Amino acid sequence: MTDLTEQPTHEPQGRPPGVERGGHGSFLTYLTGLGFAIVLTLASFWAAGTNLVWGPAVPVLLAALAVGQMGVHVVFFFNIGSGPDSTNNFLALAFGVFVVGLVVFGSLLIMANLDANMMPSMDQLMKMQR
Amino acid sequence: MSVADTLTNPANEPVGVPYSERGPASIETVASFGFWLFLLSDVVMFSALFAAYAVLQDHVAGGPDGLKLFNRGYVLAETMCLLISSFTCGLCALAIERRATAAFYLWGVITFVLGASFIGLEISEFLRMIREGAAPERSAFLSAFFTLVGCHGLHVSLGLAWLATMMAQVGTLGFRPQIVRRLLCFTLFWHALDIVWIGVFTIVYLGARW
Repeated sequence: MTDLTEQPTHEPQGRPPGVERGGHGSFLTYLTGLGFAIVLTLASFWAAGTNLVWGPAVPVLLAALAVGQMGVHVVFFFNIGSGPDSTNNFLALAFGVFVVGLVVFGSLLIMANLDANMMPSMDQLMKMQR
Repeated sequence: MSVADTLTNPANEPVGVPYSERGPASIETVASFGFWLFLLSDVVMFSALFAAYAVLQDHVAGGPDGLKLFNRGYVLAETMCLLISSFTCGLCALAIERRATAAFYLWGVITFVLGASFIGLEISEFLRMIREGAAPERSAFLSAFFTLVGCHGLHVSLGLAWLATMMAQVGTLGFRPQIVRRLLCFTLFWHALDIVWIGVFTIVYLGARW
């Protein structure tokens, strides 16, 4: 019978996501994550409605804030870092991000290309003849 | 040191032993890593819905567009509910590690209430949109919107059912190892839903201007 309260102190095959080094999470980690996440969320909502930033740059700013906030969640809530005990989790995450990028940007690229090569509609053809 | 020694006493593992000879990882590590892979595949599925939304965003078919339909203050309230519930879910995980039953129930119930408020806000928003004639069948934009946001809402609802089940299981079975594993998988699920929501509010609700 194993002790139910026993905590692993050493993970030679890597540590699972969501568990901090040594097996004990800390209140401070979650609190820091929450603080960063709230600041970045409010910054996103502010950036979407502001005239202070040059208009065409707003989407880029929003994307940067979103990627930053996702990073904060991964590091402070999932506890996945760059240490050797997170290698498995990090490699899986990197592959997931790669597939997500392929799906999203691939779809946008292909659909924009198809749209540009569409046969003009009847109305547009009539306008061209005039 | 033999292989059997490293299996029974991994803390004394010598650095020189290659990974292939160290035996299987602990079941906690295997279960969490497997669930982590599931979460990543779930995110890939969401990415297809995001791609569909991005392609169909401007195809409103003469109907209402995002600027007319979305209320940013409302979305900020939903976001804060989900974000703070992610935080309390983390505190719940800390209580589980300490095997502190009272703290676990406290943070579990707060997480549940915040998640349920999120779902309530989302459903009332959907109902308002449908009353205003912006139902999923109105345009390709609205079909994509309801599919993406509705799929996230469905995940949150399933997460709430899971959390309620786990609180009942802790009540009847206590903190057994398999219960603790399920609970830690649930906290990962909940954090992942929050990450997907960052994409939703950035692309769907804040991206409506451009």
